[in-house]
Amino acid sequence: MKELICITCPRGCHLKVDDNMNVTGNFCPRGAKYAVSELTHPVRTLTSTVKVDSKESPRCPVKSKDPLPKETIFKAMEEINKVTLSLPVHIGDIVIANICGTGVDIVATKNISK
Amino acid sequence: MINKKLVIIGGGSAGMASALEAYKQGVTDILILEKNDYLGGILNQCIHNGFGLHEFNEELTGPEFMSRFSKAVNDNHISYRLQSNVLGISKDKVVTYSNSYEGLVEVKAEAIILTTGCYERNAGAIQIAGDRPSGVYTAGQAQLYLNCYGYLVGKKVFILGSGDIGLIMARRMTLEGAKVLGVAELNPYSAGLNRNIVQCLQDFNIPLYLSHTVKEVKGKEGHLEKVVIAKVDEKFAFIPGTEVEFDVDTLLLSVGLIPNCDLLNNLPLSFSKTRGPVVSQDMETEIEGLFSAGNVLHVHDLVDYVVEEAREAANGAVKYLNGKLSHKGHIYDVKPGNGIGYVVPQKIYLEDANDKLVFKFRVAHPFKDINIFIKEGDNVVKKLFKPAIIPSEMEIVRVDKALFKGEAKEISVYVEERK
Amino acid sequence: MIFDVLIVGAGVSGSLIARKLSSYDLKTIVIDKENDAGNVTSMANSAIVHSGYDPVPGTLKAKLNVQGNKMFPKLCEDLDVHFEQIGSLTVAIYDDQIKLLSDLAIRSKENGVEVKLLSAEEVKKLEPNINPNVKGGLLAPSAGIVNPFTLTVHAMESAVDNGVTLHLGEEVLSIKKDGDVYVVKTTKDEYQAKVVINAAGVYSDKIHSMIEPVDYKVTARKGEYFVLDHYKEGLVNHVIFPLPSEKGKGILVSKTTSGNYIVGPSSEWSDDKEDLSTDKPTLDAVRKAATEMVPSIPFNQVIRTFSGNRPTPSTHDFVIGFAKKDNHFINVSGIESPGLASSPAIAEYVVNEFVSKVLSLKEKKDYKPALRKRINPSKLSVNERNALIKKDPDYGEIICNCEKVTLGEIKDELSRSVPPMSVKALKKRTRAGFGKCQGGFCQPLVIKILAEHFNVDMSKIKLDKDGSEICKYLTKEAK
Repeated sequence: MKELICITCPRGCHLKVDDNMNVTGNFCPRGAKYAVSELTHPVRTLTSTVKVDSKESPRCPVKSKDPLPKETIFKAMEEINKVTLSLPVHIGDIVIANICGTGVDIVATKNISK
Repeated sequence: MINKKLVIIGGGSAGMASALEAYKQGVTDILILEKNDYLGGILNQCIHNGFGLHEFNEELTGPEFMSRFSKAVNDNHISYRLQSNVLGISKDKVVTYSNSYEGLVEVKAEAIILTTGCYERNAGAIQIAGDRPSGVYTAGQAQLYLNCYGYLVGKKVFILGSGDIGLIMARRMTLEGAKVLGVAELNPYSAGLNRNIVQCLQDFNIPLYLSHTVKEVKGKEGHLEKVVIAKVDEKFAFIPGTEVEFDVDTLLLSVGLIPNCDLLNNLPLSFSKTRGPVVSQDMETEIEGLFSAGNVLHVHDLVDYVVEEAREAANGAVKYLNGKLSHKGHIYDVKPGNGIGYVVPQKIYLEDANDKLVFKFRVAHPFKDINIFIKEGDNVVKKLFKPAIIPSEMEIVRVDKALFKGEAKEISVYVEERK
Repeated sequence: MIFDVLIVGAGVSGSLIARKLSSYDLKTIVIDKENDAGNVTSMANSAIVHSGYDPVPGTLKAKLNVQGNKMFPKLCEDLDVHFEQIGSLTVAIYDDQIKLLSDLAIRSKENGVEVKLLSAEEVKKLEPNINPNVKGGLLAPSAGIVNPFTLTVHAMESAVDNGVTLHLGEEVLSIKKDGDVYVVKTTKDEYQAKVVINAAGVYSDKIHSMIEPVDYKVTARKGEYFVLDHYKEGLVNHVIFPLPSEKGKGILVSKTTSGNYIVGPSSEWSDDKEDLSTDKPTLDAVRKAATEMVPSIPFNQVIRTFSGNRPTPSTHDFVIGFAKKDNHFINVSGIESPGLASSPAIAEYVVNEFVSKVLSLKEKKDYKPALRKRINPSKLSVNERNALIKKDPDYGEIICNCEKVTLGEIKDELSRSVPPMSVKALKKRTRAGFGKCQGGFCQPLVIKILAEHFNVDMSKIKLDKDGSEICKYLTKEAK
């Protein structure tokens, strides 16, 4: 039996998972999905910033469009740190496609015009 | 002096949401006053995700969330002024603001919604003992420097307080190459959300010291060198011999947020336990036509709830503008009872209230297996079971107005552990 | 180049002496180890211009305090410094203190200070929030509150405007007489001067000992304080003192020129002159003593605690005068309380009684005692303010929300002859960052403005001393 706190939403349900991957303590189905995924293949959404070629707005926030395997987070940061965007930037612009071969894109999360 | 139907002070999520709601309900003569050079407020620097689950049914980052609202404000041509700082509000609702392009402007408002958010408790407010070195910042300050300007304030970091911004910053600074040595929390439980404990601390093996606080800050030649933390007992007194020393260059503080309602200081208003103004069921302060919503009223844990409350305030303002707030009939005082930290609203005009009465509150400390009671005088109006309840999560209980008799003077909200 | 006078220390005494000297045809230089004028004792004190009721009659403290107090209205007008003569009220809480109160009244008269003994009822009328058990009080109407930050900075600005050279960030390492001149070696350079004035605050005994053995000691006596937000008026209307003891004038409660309230100081001997730490037991004692006078002090409105070091001389009086072996070395040492109140009189005394004996003083024809006026937008009417913003839009843009400081005021400070070099130096001059959020909102904007003004990267802007840069490490730079 393993215990973990669900992080799918801010509710933070206390989940219990038995050896057959049966989940209890979840308020919604996302909790069960999270518990199984967390114990087999943990993933995280990565949010960070990239450089922008602008004096006004030297950084643009970005995120992984989908969650990344937890173990790739620091490698992904290395890639993210190399990028410099030029203006203008739009929400959803792909900053790095298929980061670290995960199939997940890093996208801009802010509109920057100056 | 110019005239406006509705002036909204603060163009963050609460300000924009209330403007959009009022607009939707037919009030179009609106002016939003915002001190920054963008709409969106603090969400601008909250680049992490987790915003909008209730509002948009998806997880957005702060900048994405705010951009949806600012787009709607622009699309509806709701007028706003940026880099405009409000200097004062008078009792008869004249708002004075200043900017570089219009000068000093006085606006006579028929109704006002105050949505000025909150500010962080800082080293001065919590009176940390020891030296006064550089290297002590609030978590939000460090967040702004890192996320918007690209600077780390330090590389060896200790965090005091387990508020969400502190936890989020533990992760952010770690990802950007700093070493976060630990987080100390005065209470025996975290002040932040569980998901942040897991994702921001456990993922990076950052220890959380519960029932610990900073005993002393040591500097050398004006710069932070060490923090000493120690365990505290139930009365928050230090337990001798439990001191642990950390070599650091940075101490981040995430020790609470305080409603930013200076503008109300010179008005004849009372304030609640939240340090925000006392309000009625429509988020109206004790001055008729002056409303307030969001973190300036009480600090919320989710922006989605801020938006919801802002809409309630806008709804109230529209009712007021249409002459539908009578302030007559039965009046209740709403009081926090056993186990409750605070309740919003603090007053209810039963006649003016909508069909549902909404009570928002936080417990004073964590409970398990409790019943929440809403009582009108001695009469229990609502009883609600909760398997667990913690102070870091605001509770919202909605009760049918029809269940209230309009007799007793007081409504109380309290919890009782189940035997 | 040989300077006529070299002053060690840019505190309030050093700055006002420099200003006084700048009215004569002299080449004067001021050297201070700090990166701003008035950065140590002159910055961290009660900010009170005492009436002079308390020092032992016949001492320099008594004489210069009373004289200095009288000079403040004109001085603060010339230097554009906020000064308010709100009066002080020393209160007796216990029956046995009534006698002490009348003793104090006698001492006041000896010192030439006008005071009035008040009954308990009269005290309560003046101070509705005073302890209702109050037994009586002593009102000294000439006492006042002053902005100690701008007093020192503006005095130095006036000195520099009138030709004085100011070198900040240089610590004096040695002083040696070489023929007719002193050679003063610092961490950065070497200077020659005919006369050296030692106004080095807590280090004045150390500076003095560079030229001869010193038979007194200057010890740091720490005072810890609370600062409360300016949340409402009328908590107290005067500077409220308890009866003085051998430890000093005791823990006071007063409003400040910025409308905040100050509560303190404690009094603790300190071995370490750099120790500006605060601790809970001391502050708890301050709180207790203050509450005895004013029970309703809202300590939940505290926005800051701080401590300052008084340079307390073992002689119990200011040490002002020629060194034993040489009259070209003038000490202004051990200037503890009432140093701030005495400072204008100290400057006159030092120049008239000592400098004049060794240098010939010729008045400068173009000496300007008054500074270029600063604009305080909050003091203007709506129309005046609009006219100002039209002329200079920067006065419309507010940078510090809590204290309502405009970009125009900040830029004005940057254009002055003693410009702020750090976030703290700007805060001392404009109050940006002094409010309840303690710079939480405006600090980034202030850093940006300073970086732009000095044409450097944000990472170069310091909070205070060297090494206190805030935006320390730029992220995402290629290694």
